[in-house]
Amino acid sequence: MEIPKSFLGYKRENGRAGTRNHVIILPVDDISNACAEAVANNIKGTIALPHSYGRLQFGADLELHFRTMIGTGSNPNVAAVIVIGIEPKWTKKIVDGIAKTGKPVEGFHIERTGDIGTVMKASKKAQEFVMWASEKQREECPMSDLWISVKCGESDTTSGLAANPTVGNLMDKLEPMGVHLCFGETSELTGAEKVCATRGATKEASDKFMKTWSAYNDFILKEATDDLSESQPTAGNIAGGLTTIEEKAFGNFQKIGNCKFVDVLEPAEEPTKGKGLYFMDTSSAAAECVTLQAAAGFNIHLFPTGQGNIVGNPIEPVIKLTANPLTVKGMGEHIDCDVSKILSREMNMSQAGDELIKTTMRVANGRLTCAEALGHKEFVMTKLYRSA
Amino acid sequence: MATDIIIHDKKDNVGVVVIEKIIPKQDCSCWIMEDDSSAKIQSLDEIPLGHKIAMTDLKEGDTILKYGHDIGKVVKSIKKGQHVHVHNVKTKKW
Repeated sequence: MEIPKSFLGYKRENGRAGTRNHVIILPVDDISNACAEAVANNIKGTIALPHSYGRLQFGADLELHFRTMIGTGSNPNVAAVIVIGIEPKWTKKIVDGIAKTGKPVEGFHIERTGDIGTVMKASKKAQEFVMWASEKQREECPMSDLWISVKCGESDTTSGLAANPTVGNLMDKLEPMGVHLCFGETSELTGAEKVCATRGATKEASDKFMKTWSAYNDFILKEATDDLSESQPTAGNIAGGLTTIEEKAFGNFQKIGNCKFVDVLEPAEEPTKGKGLYFMDTSSAAAECVTLQAAAGFNIHLFPTGQGNIVGNPIEPVIKLTANPLTVKGMGEHIDCDVSKILSREMNMSQAGDELIKTTMRVANGRLTCAEALGHKEFVMTKLYRSA
Repeated sequence: MATDIIIHDKKDNVGVVVIEKIIPKQDCSCWIMEDDSSAKIQSLDEIPLGHKIAMTDLKEGDTILKYGHDIGKVVKSIKKGQHVHVHNVKTKKW
């Protein structure tokens, strides 16, 4: 198959391109969720991104909070942003961060005004933003404007046999087109960590990966009460035939094909070393991982599943693929790309990779994913430790 | 002939069932992805889709190889053709 050279995206002020054109209402903290949701309810075509944190955090955990907030607002799938916080200082910090992209953004704080007055002011601005954004048109954008993140979930042995290698095949074909790629899941590379480290493009990248993985492993050894058998693999993984974390890790690792990673990113950190594959230090919980990747600027996500994970994200479309025929049969409404014919050997890996590229292009051009049509908007902040 | 079991790598001592299930005494066809070769095995257990079958006799302490890599240790001896899972294999990590 000839690889497409372009897709139809929304060009943004900073030179990036989006596959979506969202106007988001972003609460700075948990207690501003109600206000943000009220504004989104008033003004059609906007979405609120409620979450659980943003108060009393400090140090690296607070930095991650700001990075995730600013990154989410800065993502090219977002046309404009309303930021609402309880007080002006942190609200302004997030507004100023997003404003660097050049997109419309305005902040509101609730103290001294109350919810109702804030909802009224923010709704007026949100209406202006959404009507402005509604006139944006899709334009031809080079493939290199695609930033593709990947994460697998509810994996089983069919993930490692077929769905994950299909993503790997897509990576091998699209990497030469200059796309940005990102994989994560530090914990779920356990057992395959040494093999993964050999895939660093430089010794520096390999060493950085091992340092990141070792820090995670030290934490696990310190915090685990007995072993992790109740958590890794999960009950769903075990039902699907996965026996150990090592088996899960080698399956997981199939997603990067033959690519080498150019750098290791902090959670939600935007890549700065140009095109190619990046590893991001993330949780292996689906919604946390996708939220961090979206905050780093990735604009389309590939999610291979075995037993049927149903996750979505409010700003980054999440494309599901599976090779498990029972999952296709039982929960087909969640599956954008069916590669189960690999198991019956009616489809080879290259054909499956081509199918996934076609699905990815259709979604990049505007087709809704299953998760979008079903209303999955899981926005889950990663919290590193207890608050002050 | 249809493939019942897929094996990732020639070195692997387990294969993955890729049909809805296999039943005891079933003669199964295996496909080895790495070199596109074939093998045969008779099952001893009922094994569902996605679960593993032992391609050789394995004793306690042996290493399970899949993808050509170490994915854990045998904690209860396994006969060729038996179901390989959490009841007889454990991680080496924890």
